[in-house]
Amino acid sequence: MSTMVGTGSLVRLILRRDRLRLAVWVILLAAVPLGTASAFIELYPDAASREQLAATVSSSPSLVAVLGPLYDSSVGGLVTWRVGVIAAFLIGLMAVLTVIRHTREEEETGRRELLGATVIGRHAPLAAALIVPIGAGVLIGLILTGGFIGMGFPSAGSLAFGLGLAGVTATFAGLGAVSAQLTQASSSAKTIGVAGLGIAYLLRIAGDVGESSGALWLSWLSPIGWFSQLRPFAGEQWRVLALWGGLTLVLLGGAFAVSSRRDVGAGAFPPRPGPAEAGPGLRSASGLGWRLQRGALLGWSLGLGVLGMVYGGAADSIGDMLEGSPQLAQIFEQMGGEQGLTDTYFSFVVGVIALLAAAYAIRAVLRLRAEEEDLRAEPVLATATPRSRWAWSHLVYGLAGPVLILALAGVLGGLTYGLISGDVTGQVPRVLAAAVVQLPAVWILTGIAMALYGLAPRHVGLSWGALIACLVLGQLGQILRFPQWTLNLSPFTHVPNFPAQDIEVLPMAVLLLVAIALTGAGLIGFRRRDIG
Amino acid sequence: MSNAISISGLVKNFGHVRALDGLDLEVATGEIHGFLGPNGAGKTTTIRVLLGLIRHDAGTVSLLDGDPWAEATELHRRLAYVPGDVMLWPNLSGGEVIDLLGKLRGGLDTSKKDKLLERFDLDPTKKGSTYSKGNRQKVALVAALASNVELLILDEPTAGLDPLMEAEFRACIEEDRSNGRTVFLASHILAEVEALCDRVSIVRKGKIVESGSLAELRHLTRTTISAELTSDPAPMAAIEGVHGLRLHDHKVDFEVDSDRLDVVVRSLAPLGVRSLISHPPTLEELFLRHYQDDVDVDSSETET
Repeated sequence: MSTMVGTGSLVRLILRRDRLRLAVWVILLAAVPLGTASAFIELYPDAASREQLAATVSSSPSLVAVLGPLYDSSVGGLVTWRVGVIAAFLIGLMAVLTVIRHTREEEETGRRELLGATVIGRHAPLAAALIVPIGAGVLIGLILTGGFIGMGFPSAGSLAFGLGLAGVTATFAGLGAVSAQLTQASSSAKTIGVAGLGIAYLLRIAGDVGESSGALWLSWLSPIGWFSQLRPFAGEQWRVLALWGGLTLVLLGGAFAVSSRRDVGAGAFPPRPGPAEAGPGLRSASGLGWRLQRGALLGWSLGLGVLGMVYGGAADSIGDMLEGSPQLAQIFEQMGGEQGLTDTYFSFVVGVIALLAAAYAIRAVLRLRAEEEDLRAEPVLATATPRSRWAWSHLVYGLAGPVLILALAGVLGGLTYGLISGDVTGQVPRVLAAAVVQLPAVWILTGIAMALYGLAPRHVGLSWGALIACLVLGQLGQILRFPQWTLNLSPFTHVPNFPAQDIEVLPMAVLLLVAIALTGAGLIGFRRRDIG
Repeated sequence: MSNAISISGLVKNFGHVRALDGLDLEVATGEIHGFLGPNGAGKTTTIRVLLGLIRHDAGTVSLLDGDPWAEATELHRRLAYVPGDVMLWPNLSGGEVIDLLGKLRGGLDTSKKDKLLERFDLDPTKKGSTYSKGNRQKVALVAALASNVELLILDEPTAGLDPLMEAEFRACIEEDRSNGRTVFLASHILAEVEALCDRVSIVRKGKIVESGSLAELRHLTRTTISAELTSDPAPMAAIEGVHGLRLHDHKVDFEVDSDRLDVVVRSLAPLGVRSLISHPPTLEELFLRHYQDDVDVDSSETET
């Protein structure tokens, strides 16, 4: 097919450009399930201990909400419950972002045009951008299938786990491809794609939590929910694979159809004309910062606010549970909590929300680097705008944005839980406080991003490495039995697990000082270094 | 009159690469100064030092009697800059960008802006992502020209403009000249520089290799002469200052050192001039002498 000419060369180009990025994704997504599996083999050696855990989980909507349903008490079944949905979410994120990065972003920057004039078929760039992440998904699936079989898990379940992740990758690569066709700006395309992923995750929560009341059909609407319904290690339902296949084909068909009709660089929605003059809000560096940051701030606040509500809603029945279940307490302990099940649950979920708020903060700060690299900083800095004022016009979102996001998620989570449990005045301040105490840890990541930007601008990508390290250490460090000193590297280890624990001022003050030092170092470095 | 820009011994290294290697430059207040050089010669690096975007490693730089690094913010109120590569925010309209940059600089002449939008035939309501390269360039030009600043720093400002718009740009700069504005124009469009600039500096490999008014620079080079004579032109070969003589019957083509022109023309006359064409060196010829790596001033003496 002549429209596919050059696909192979483009695949090699993408692999060359993304070799580090893809390697991190593949290693992370392969190592976490395998590490969890080997830890679970040791933790739950006999059937009795596993069944106790399974019974606890199945009766705990909160655990089902955060991690997914548990369908079998074999080690494979437990691993599928513990990391399956998280892995599916992350692999979907990888697929969406990679496809958009190599399609819409290439068009937006004009690099696509440079290639389009060479012997490259019209569909080759989209095909290549799909082949790479789907290939990475298949590779991760193969590693996991092989690894699980090597650990002595049943072959059918191991294969289902691998195929399921590959299916999720293909579907979300398809979603990324469709999103990339719709808008001119790659940032809006990413927002659409990630929103789709978020909706799939929330549908899954609603369906899985409401399984007993017949709401499971909601999970069947979610390509992430399908991963649980594929039931790896729990009587595999192979027909589910056809759902991913079918939806992928539909999405890809749509993406290629739009792609062959539209002009290079154009979106499905024609851009509307803007005002001929700048309004009063756009007459300063901070006005420009607001204009560039407001969309992301709104989207993240809404998204994480809804997540807070869903988590708050799922907390309800935890109080009904047997307080004396040692197994559940043990699980929560592994998650970093100590006692008081609802409290532990809330300190756990606000930890998840805080990590996401940190992702927002890093993104907000790194907007500085994007502006500089895309040559949009230069004209502004050639005006009477001092460097520090320009830097603050974006940095403020990395500092104040997480305050807004965590406060909103805390209030909405507390409100939802309070309405259900009939204790609004008691719960709102508790959950709000649980969320807000995370801020010093979030600001450390803001500070890391700013320090890298000011002192080592070529290496700002390491900020994401720091976030991934916090994710791995915080969510899996104890299960994977990392030594305590490595766990201590994550700032999230040091924030109080309120309301499960009391608030201690000293660690928070130290975190705050470190965050201030990092941010200050970044600002000073930025004022002294070359631009560009 | 003082200098708007004066640079001496400017050195800038990027890692192991020496981008500027002892550059000296003087731009007098009120003049239009052409800054010429091949790609990668150091034009943009010099401008970025002048704008305080990058630090220099050695030498002294003075911009509007200030230090471009330490006093960047104050100096930037008095100048406007048009980058060579204009990138706009995809979701901001051109009009918004013009107003924003003007405001950040400290003010914009609105009536001037409206006139410029009309002259450059620019639709200010379109979004940044929908402008062509030429139109993005126009947005930056309108933003800079509409301000009442003392100094314009322009880095290849007409790249991407069509000839009509280029002419409009020249007209605008001519008006600025009469208003006493200093213009520092980096370019490699020779016709533009020849038409606009009072003085020219040529940069090559991070150094200024030639600087002066066009007349002064021309003086350093040769005039081309083609003549048809009534008698044998052979004696011309013996005259000092004549180079590259080519004979064809009674026709002769040669180049002559500009300071020997008078003597050479006098010696042509006795040979019986039937027709005579002479043209001064174009900037292009001047330029090529410095651009071509392998042709330096010495080897040009031996050309055939």
